[in-house]
Amino acid sequence: MLIYTLKRLLQAIPTLLIVITISFFLMRVAPGGPFDGERQLPPEIEANLMAAYHLDEPLPMQYLRYMGNLLQGDFGPSFKYKDFSVTELIAQGFPVSLEIGGLAILLALIIGLPLGIAAAIRRNSTVDYVVMGTALTGIAVPNFVIAPIFALVFGVLLGWLPAGGWNGGALPNLVLPVVALSIQQIAYIARMMRASMIEVLGSHFIRTARAKGLNEGEVIWRHAIRPALLPVMSYLGPAIAGIITGSVVIEQIFGIPGIGRYFVQGALNRDYTLVMGTVVFYGVLIVLMNLIVDLLYSALDPQIRYDD
Amino acid sequence: MPPDRTIVATGGRGKHDKMISKPCSKISRHLLATLGGITLAAFAIPAQAFSVNIANGAEPGTLDPQKTSGTWETRITRALFEGLVTYAKDGSLVPGLADRWEVGDDGKTYTFHLRDAEWSDGEPITAEDAVFALRRVLDPAIANQNANLYYPIVNARAINAGDKSADALGVEAVDSHTLRIRLSQPTAWFLQALAMTEAAPLPEHVIAKAAGWVQPGNTVSSGAFTLSEWQPQSRIVVEKNPHFHAADSVEVDKATFYPIDDAGSALNRFRTGEMDIAYSSVPSSRFAWARENLGDALRVGPLTAEYFYMFNLHDGQPLADKRVREALNLAVRRDVITDQILGQGQTPSFWYVPRNTANAPQGELDFADMPMDERMARAKALIQKAGYGPDHPLRLRLNYNTLEDHKKIAVAVAAMWKPLGVEVELINSEAAVHYATIREGNFEVARYGMVATINDPFDFLNAYADNGSASRSSGYHDAEYDALVAASTAELDPQKRRQLMTRAQQRLLDDYALLPLYDYVSVHLVSPDIQGWESNPMDVHPLRYLQESEQ
Repeated sequence: MLIYTLKRLLQAIPTLLIVITISFFLMRVAPGGPFDGERQLPPEIEANLMAAYHLDEPLPMQYLRYMGNLLQGDFGPSFKYKDFSVTELIAQGFPVSLEIGGLAILLALIIGLPLGIAAAIRRNSTVDYVVMGTALTGIAVPNFVIAPIFALVFGVLLGWLPAGGWNGGALPNLVLPVVALSIQQIAYIARMMRASMIEVLGSHFIRTARAKGLNEGEVIWRHAIRPALLPVMSYLGPAIAGIITGSVVIEQIFGIPGIGRYFVQGALNRDYTLVMGTVVFYGVLIVLMNLIVDLLYSALDPQIRYDD
Repeated sequence: MPPDRTIVATGGRGKHDKMISKPCSKISRHLLATLGGITLAAFAIPAQAFSVNIANGAEPGTLDPQKTSGTWETRITRALFEGLVTYAKDGSLVPGLADRWEVGDDGKTYTFHLRDAEWSDGEPITAEDAVFALRRVLDPAIANQNANLYYPIVNARAINAGDKSADALGVEAVDSHTLRIRLSQPTAWFLQALAMTEAAPLPEHVIAKAAGWVQPGNTVSSGAFTLSEWQPQSRIVVEKNPHFHAADSVEVDKATFYPIDDAGSALNRFRTGEMDIAYSSVPSSRFAWARENLGDALRVGPLTAEYFYMFNLHDGQPLADKRVREALNLAVRRDVITDQILGQGQTPSFWYVPRNTANAPQGELDFADMPMDERMARAKALIQKAGYGPDHPLRLRLNYNTLEDHKKIAVAVAAMWKPLGVEVELINSEAAVHYATIREGNFEVARYGMVATINDPFDFLNAYADNGSASRSSGYHDAEYDALVAASTAELDPQKRRQLMTRAQQRLLDDYALLPLYDYVSVHLVSPDIQGWESNPMDVHPLRYLQESEQ
């Protein structure tokens, strides 16, 4: 298992290199540059800016410079946020995104899994219809609709919770963004859990378990849930990587200082180093999360073994 | 977050909604504030501390006053760094670190006398600090975006281009409190340029030490406030600077700037009472609601900014033909755009330099007073003369950057051009692409918003002069216009200068070189609990003048 893990990590290096290279050049092919704004700059001043960020060098040269710095763990300075390096920005924002995203996933699992299981057990009952109907609505209504409604209703009109702001991560400030972020995940997880549970409940080993005379509760708890969790697990790997790297919508609407906004703002501002930094960071997270999921697979399903 | 504000922030209805003007809620607010003060007395926070929470738009890219690029940054840097001259609450210029100055008879020598003032670490602020700052702002490595405003100083342009060393700059410290600046030619707006935070003296003794010199703990300030906290994307806190030369007159003890990109979110947080001032925080779709419900808190003010359509006049372009440009100008009903689409008090514009700018030139497009049917008849005739008709319609591309209002305006303008037989293709792109398209001259008609950096027509007029940004993009060249702009810059007599600028602008307008649409307005929210905040064309609202309303 240790060797398997190491192998997977080594395989990730060429993958990441390809991701970095493609992103680097795609970013530069995009029209418009970091200094194209409403205020058009005099040529002398634009030349100074280009030189200050080495943008006046040939592209392959810039690429080599970037890769060289990256190997030393240096993501470079942000073009837009000039007083911070990209590493600092990610280091300051990631714990926030991790907290919001982690709580949202936790909430989604706590609510989504039981709902999915209940719907599967009581298939085609009122419970099933209500859960699946709600889940479909949850999937269909996007964040950018839910979040402002939450802020307006619970923040402004009812005044129960802050309408936005981070406030060092105080509990009242966490509630709305975490709930808004988790709604879609609850819906996905509930639907996925229901589908895989139904499949498992129809399989031979469940029939055998029932034939042995186990009661229904035991059949579900001891035999059905574990295998039914596998598809949810494979979904969770990339989903967690996506959620803990922040959501631009949630962050902007609730004023959360996470890193989600850097993906979008970095790209819109042509903040090349910031975009590259977030891409590399996200890439590494995806690789890690997928690896963790694969390792957990073997814990959940005895048929899966990673032989060295 | 200051306790005296959080307590009242809870409760169902926000203090900035209509109810707030009722005296009872005001009294309870003060009662609660006092109670909050008592409970917190143990933590040594003054009970009467006046703190202000500000929804400040975007996260600042930097707090280095010489690297900033937007108002959301200068609102903070202006609180930290005091210029030789600075802004009063109405946006006019008043003495700052210099308590007086003389201008030589030739208009080329400025002598500033600095008052006895200290950095927030107690070090004296000297003329050397001012020299250091002006050399630094022109240093190519600093890459300051407004460096061209300091080009009138002897050798400045060559230094900024990297052709001369910084010590060749025509700036010297005569003694520790006297600064002399020599210009290569008289420049009417030079004091305005010095009022920008870019030109404020900087603490060489601190900058020399630390690369991250603008971080809390490293930095010192000369302004009314010091930087005490900066959590990126979360908040920036400034506190009253006891070393500030006019500290006695400053009432704000602490101000917190929150970066809130989303206007709707900022509006929400203003309504709950969490924010006392919210800049640009009314989405245009909510403006009518805000006018109904927010009363005096809604502040609509003039702004030295112009919304216009840039024409591409390069050879071979359809708009190289003056008749076409005139026809397109004639057919646009500006009042429909300002009144029916925007409805926030923008002024329909028949000129280029916004009327609220100081010394704004006079004059307007020649058809400004003509009835609409006459205008349309003239426009149709012109388009026909230019060779376009039903068989050969004029096809135009109209570029705009992503924003709902830009889209609505573009659609409306396309509809107004339709009776002329003009077929418009609307092209929407994100800002970086849009402005790159303009820079490369790869457009026919393009939406443009020009905002003045100083309260003077210079930015506007210079853009269309030789080698100005608009001239390069649009291909507009007129030697006489260039001469008039150059002469107006060097003319120190305000009357004569205004005449020169009026003549310059009129040449641009008579050529229909662009299509002006409206003069912008600023839309902000300010709690009725705050006084000393005034609307002004420069949209500057220094924190040091804010006061708590008396009950």
